[in-house]
Amino acid sequence: MYRTRLLDHVILLIGVFIMVAPVVVAFMTSTHEAADIHRNGLSLTWGGYFTETYNTVLTRKGGFTGEITGARMIWNSLILGIGFAAGKIILSMLAAYAIVYFRFKLGTLFFWMIFTTLLLPLEVRILPSYEVMNKLSLTNTYTGLIVPLLASATGTFYFRQFFKSVPEELLEAARIDGAGPFKFFIDILVPLSRTMIAAIFIIMFVYGWNQYLWPTLMTTDERFFTLVRGIKQILLVWVGSNIPDYNEAFALAILAMLPPVMIVMIFQRWFIKGLTESDK
Amino acid sequence: MASIGIKDVSKIYNGGVTAVSSVSIDIADGEFIVLVGPSGCGKSTLLRMVAGLEAISEGSVTIGDRVVNEVDPADRDIAMVFQNYALYPHMSVYENLAYGLKNRRTPKAEIDARVAEAARMLELQPYLERKPRALSGGQRQRVAMGRAIVRKPSAFLFDEPLSNLDAKLRVSMRGEIKRLQRRVGTTSIYVTHDQLEAMTLADRLVVLSGGKIEQIGRPLDVYHRPATTFVASFIGSPAMNLVTGELHGSKLALGPALIDLGATVPTQGAVTVGLRAEDLHIHDGTKGDLPFRIDYVEELGSQRLVHGVVGDQPLVAAIPSEIPLPETASLSIATAKLHFFDSKSGQRIDWVGEGAIAASIPAMEVAAS
Repeated sequence: MYRTRLLDHVILLIGVFIMVAPVVVAFMTSTHEAADIHRNGLSLTWGGYFTETYNTVLTRKGGFTGEITGARMIWNSLILGIGFAAGKIILSMLAAYAIVYFRFKLGTLFFWMIFTTLLLPLEVRILPSYEVMNKLSLTNTYTGLIVPLLASATGTFYFRQFFKSVPEELLEAARIDGAGPFKFFIDILVPLSRTMIAAIFIIMFVYGWNQYLWPTLMTTDERFFTLVRGIKQILLVWVGSNIPDYNEAFALAILAMLPPVMIVMIFQRWFIKGLTESDK
Repeated sequence: MASIGIKDVSKIYNGGVTAVSSVSIDIADGEFIVLVGPSGCGKSTLLRMVAGLEAISEGSVTIGDRVVNEVDPADRDIAMVFQNYALYPHMSVYENLAYGLKNRRTPKAEIDARVAEAARMLELQPYLERKPRALSGGQRQRVAMGRAIVRKPSAFLFDEPLSNLDAKLRVSMRGEIKRLQRRVGTTSIYVTHDQLEAMTLADRLVVLSGGKIEQIGRPLDVYHRPATTFVASFIGSPAMNLVTGELHGSKLALGPALIDLGATVPTQGAVTVGLRAEDLHIHDGTKGDLPFRIDYVEELGSQRLVHGVVGDQPLVAAIPSEIPLPETASLSIATAKLHFFDSKSGQRIDWVGEGAIAASIPAMEVAAS
């Protein structure tokens, strides 16, 4: 058996340092006053303004309209992240279910058509998508923020591969047990896909949470601003003679990190469980 | 409980491949039918057509007095046991058993009662809360059977249910299936490629080859009177020896030997002769009829299989292990135990001498070898 040696620990520690140090610096800096940061730059020490800064960031009404708070932005981001992930999962599961279990004409062709869109990033179709949403007057709504991004080739592809690995006999047993297409999906396929859903949820939530370009385009009303946009907004003050609220920007960045980290931590256990459980 | 009628059923796939061609079987109420044949003979396809998992290309299947060709599998009142069990992995044993009943809107109290009864029959009570992955192969197979029993269907369909188990477990599960079927008395169709399973389980055997029925009959009838060379070589272990011989009047020329049959066989000339390994007796020197050159011996404990050649045709004899093996050997067989098959079509040729159980080995002329 391989015995862990000191060198292994050193390598791991270096890795941990590289990964965590920037976050620690950001967090520590966020507890200083803005002017302090402006004078002394980043710091590694505790500034003592933790409660004040984070309280301000979360509750102070800011922005041009004076209506948007950090808490509100977190809420918006959560709606976008969860709506985005959940919507993508539902849509791609249904699409994959249709492709795998129903033999309709040109099914394979449709699948490959969906699949090739994998090659196109969101940015390629961002203007036409915006145009459509604008015509439907869905700008500045959660619907407009989420729905156009839901179709997911990645998700459909993963679920298709997963469904194909589910033994055919399971479907046949369910048919004999009197489960129709809908019941089979809900009672058998969805529970079986739990780990797959967890995996896709992690990926998609983080992806949705970090969206920047699309929310920027879709929302002009500050009430719909997401966290990622908010951080940018704070730094815009630079234009004037003010010192930008570095501390608040750092605080927001730290806050923006928390939910994805939590999601990963919660779902990771399922994820690993799913990978280690052998039989389906 | 119901009889099952399979009438002129064929399965022709889109590409024009015929998997099952014009098969007819009448299955009586409560009967245990075993479909047996090598892989690719269409036995599973036939079973799946009865189950409704494959469309029936031609012919009709009736369960009870209802033609079920167009009926959904769930409404055919059948239950099926799969080779890989097909248990729902995320459900407990209890939920696995109850799922079919729940879908049929059976009242909760009755579901509980039926599951409890099936669990008792199959000795599954301690495992009801477990997930299938926490069970052994034999227990999983019992759950799969329990899932069939709780539904109280008119027919059980078994698709090679024991082939995933190890040899010892297979024997005990075989007994269990037989006992269970006797007890609940449900009409059953059982598919297997294992002739031993088929022999031990079946009320009647259906031997299939290339999508066609070779023979239907009670296990011992099939064993003693195989209808074709295919059945002869498939049923029984070791397989029946099939050698070519020549008939001249009432005499059979077999390699260098000439055997007097004492009666004529309704054919002359070249013929395929079937000899069961266990019907062959071995003699020291040339006392027997067939000079036998021993190649090698397989020791099975209770008996030994002696492989060798008569003339230039390979032959296996099963003899008790007590008998010492002679240096030069010869074989004898009761003429009544000889099977004749048409050398071209492989069809059985009935003759008057067979079945007349010979009390002792009748005198036979020994030809010069």
